[in-house]
Amino acid sequence: MSDLTKLSIAEARDLLKKGELSARELAEAHVAAVHAAESLNAYIAKTPEMALEMADKADARIKAGGQKGMTGIPVGIKDLFATKGVHTQACSHILDGFKPEYESTVSQKLWDDGAVMLGKLNMDEFAMGSSNETSYYGPVKNPWRAKGSNNDFVPGGSSGGSVASVAGYCAMGATASDTGGSIRQPAAFTGTFGIKPTYGRCSRYGMVAFASSLDQAGTITRDVRDGAIMLESISGFDTKDSTSVDIPVPNFEAALTGDIRGMKIGIPKEYHLDGMPAEIEALWQQGIEWMKAAGAEIVNISLPHTKYALPTYYIVAPAEASSNLARYDGVRYGLRELVEGGGLADMYEATRAAGFGDEVKRRIMIGTYVLSAGYYDAYYLKAQKVRQLISNDFKEAFGKVDAILTPTAPSAAFAFGEKSDDPIAMYLNDVFTVPASLAGIPGSSVPAGLDANGLPLGLQILGKAWDEETVFKVSGVLEEAAAFKAKPEEWWR
Amino acid sequence: MSKFLIQGATGDFEVVIGLEVHAQVISNAKLFSGAATEFGAEPNAQVSLVDAAMPGMLPTINAECIRQAVRTGLALGAEINKFSVFDRKNYFYADLPQGYQISQFKHPIVGEGTITLDLGDGRSKDVGIERIHLEQDAGKSMHDQHPQYTYVDLNRSGVALMEIVSKPDMTSPEEAGAYLTKLRTILRYIGSCDGNMEQGSMRADVNVSVRRAGEPLGTRCEIKNVNSIRFVRQAIEYEAQRQVDIIEAGGKIDQETRLFDPGKGETRSMRSKEEAHDYRYFPDPDLLPIEFDEAFIDAARDSLPELPDEKKARFIEDLGLPDYNASVLVAEKESCDYFEDLIAALVKKTGKDAKAVGAKASNWVTGDLFGALNKAGKSVTESPVSAEQGADLLALIEDGTISGRIAKDVFEIMFDTSKDAGVIVEEKGLRQVSDTGEIEQIIDEVIAANPAQLEQYRAGKDKLIGFFVGQVMKATGGKANPGMVNKLLKPKLDG
Repeated sequence: MSDLTKLSIAEARDLLKKGELSARELAEAHVAAVHAAESLNAYIAKTPEMALEMADKADARIKAGGQKGMTGIPVGIKDLFATKGVHTQACSHILDGFKPEYESTVSQKLWDDGAVMLGKLNMDEFAMGSSNETSYYGPVKNPWRAKGSNNDFVPGGSSGGSVASVAGYCAMGATASDTGGSIRQPAAFTGTFGIKPTYGRCSRYGMVAFASSLDQAGTITRDVRDGAIMLESISGFDTKDSTSVDIPVPNFEAALTGDIRGMKIGIPKEYHLDGMPAEIEALWQQGIEWMKAAGAEIVNISLPHTKYALPTYYIVAPAEASSNLARYDGVRYGLRELVEGGGLADMYEATRAAGFGDEVKRRIMIGTYVLSAGYYDAYYLKAQKVRQLISNDFKEAFGKVDAILTPTAPSAAFAFGEKSDDPIAMYLNDVFTVPASLAGIPGSSVPAGLDANGLPLGLQILGKAWDEETVFKVSGVLEEAAAFKAKPEEWWR
Repeated sequence: MSKFLIQGATGDFEVVIGLEVHAQVISNAKLFSGAATEFGAEPNAQVSLVDAAMPGMLPTINAECIRQAVRTGLALGAEINKFSVFDRKNYFYADLPQGYQISQFKHPIVGEGTITLDLGDGRSKDVGIERIHLEQDAGKSMHDQHPQYTYVDLNRSGVALMEIVSKPDMTSPEEAGAYLTKLRTILRYIGSCDGNMEQGSMRADVNVSVRRAGEPLGTRCEIKNVNSIRFVRQAIEYEAQRQVDIIEAGGKIDQETRLFDPGKGETRSMRSKEEAHDYRYFPDPDLLPIEFDEAFIDAARDSLPELPDEKKARFIEDLGLPDYNASVLVAEKESCDYFEDLIAALVKKTGKDAKAVGAKASNWVTGDLFGALNKAGKSVTESPVSAEQGADLLALIEDGTISGRIAKDVFEIMFDTSKDAGVIVEEKGLRQVSDTGEIEQIIDEVIAANPAQLEQYRAGKDKLIGFFVGQVMKATGGKANPGMVNKLLKPKLDG
């Protein structure tokens, strides 16, 4: 067989089933690809021995007739999912050396289905960033480069390692997490398919918390079908997470009927931004045409509170983060900086000063401020009210439409350093993804085209809460219509 | 008791007291983790990943703690909130692993209620309950284990506490003490907290302010974590006097948090209002609001035992107990249990109505038995004389086998040996003499032996009958039936 790393999950699954491929071969090919792709900086910890061991078990399981969708499929795990005995540091200096005694529910579900772990994936520190530039382990490089150029681009963030590993053929799929767009925006930047399910669909147990009311696990894969297979594996109620919801997990793959005739697709007018590149506007228009051609009805809708989404997000998320990150204090695990002759407060200050990067510190300070006595009502409480209004916007819209189509991000991938000194410019990357995060509804990003420089662009599909099936169905049709066949040049191999 | 006032040089001051009691919930496990909660385990032996705030760990509510808080609210006649919310109280400390305490701020699980204090002599007073909320305890910092470092024990980290907040309705150290005593009694009755202050499963934060009569409330100081009722009384006395002294010297009270030093019997400043934390409360996004229905409340109500106030009323009404005895008995659930077992056994043995024997039995339990237990330093559950045995003894008095006087001797032997009353009476030959002929013969002998006293009696010194009774009893070794002696003696003396 030619290059096993180019197979889709669905293809590999079928070959494994027929006995034409072994999980061992698949794992070996990927372990080699991971090592060869050092220059992407996608993996910050590699687990080749575990991969081969898990692959052998998968082969035995397949032989015994116990194959599941993810059995024998090599995957990468974002560094914020706890993996027992393996590097789990959310790419922060403050968690130096931390290897948990426990496994996150999401990764455990993959292992229960027989998936194979290749290693831990790079990310923005504590998932705070949109370019993977805030990682303590250095930025991930986007496998895509502009036509005729050797310049590097950011992979997006925070799931930069997840998308780069999948786009760069050193994982067939990767776990990711989305708090304000951390799955969808990097997927768009790398020509991959990313899905963030409904808040509560996947357990947060064992996921290093950024903003608890927004954090949601999801997947990065090279196509929609693979996303359906992998998301089904990691979904489901968990008694260890009070915010996970006890409703059955549908067969997502079965939703890929290719038939959206008569379905109503909403186009929110508020997503037309001033100064947005014309080619994104054009791609969106193209997407609308594809939907029409597939027999869907296009409905113009309004999500009137959209303009408040970003400010609301940048109050709620830092507020929760400021509290969630208080546990990194040097007392029990990770980094500890002692000051000669100093006391407890000195240890806290030195540890947190050395352990957190600038972006994390900025958000802790914003969050601390908005929760302070005298400011709570004006910021946090107000933001929660606006969040409710944003959620209501979607509820109302979904009374009229089955899904919503928008661009995923306002630009294609950008160069390193281009926005890292301008937090506002960086935050604006999430303008189209944040509203769905605040409302807790499912959303995907489907690769749909290239910009003038040959960099990928994505379109976003949003669905009602718990209706990932429609998101998959529409994503599948969009994928087929877009026939996105472009590949990055494999300069990193 | 007259009104409690601090007499200053410039006039009298009233004291205003409110209490925040932290009561550890009796439950199988901690509030948000499955870890055990037993007292006295090796340091850090009862710590789950959640309690240690490992990355990615999430709290999940222990339903038993919710039920216990609701039961406690119901026992205090309080409003139960079907919707309540857990908030995060953010501050840094080495023994607070999460960097925040999960507590309830805006929406507590229990609202306003009342506790009726017993102030002795049948007097009572109602003290308002402001609210009860659930929260997790912190760990313990140990500063005496190493010359340079502080050690941390997380066994208590995450243990469920009820914070029971009173209204500022108390006006003396005695009332504060009575409040704690009554609250502890109720918690123990319903089994929601064991009330062991010395083990830290119940502690009080005491808010104290003073004012001249008729003036508005003064500035209060909060004395943290006082761990015995006696210390609470001492702390209030000291703190009230300290505040009066400051005001009389022309100063003003700073709102601050203080600590009570039991060794010195004084309070000292811990932190001022300016140093107070900004806790940045906000709803914990890891937990959903707590919501339950009427059926849950009804089930909690059905699980409550008879409460002390109800029990006391029943003792007085149905069993004819004196108010004082009833109060003493209901103060401890174990005392009540003993007394009720004893009454049941006594009714069965004597065939008499409970009301006919209730008062006498209560006298014996609160007098003879408690006296002996006190002297021996034993609790009622450690009594060498069981309720069944006590009933045996009282039944022997009821049926005339022994006199009350002899019963005291028998009880002493029972207390020392745990032997049954009947056995002791037989062994020692203490059975009461009720044979008319035998008693008459002894009376005749006594009268014959004391002619001078007889003459005086007959000359009008009636009181000498007591002397003759004493002599007869002495001659029978106390075994003569005193009722019969009285009945037979008088006609003979009168001639």
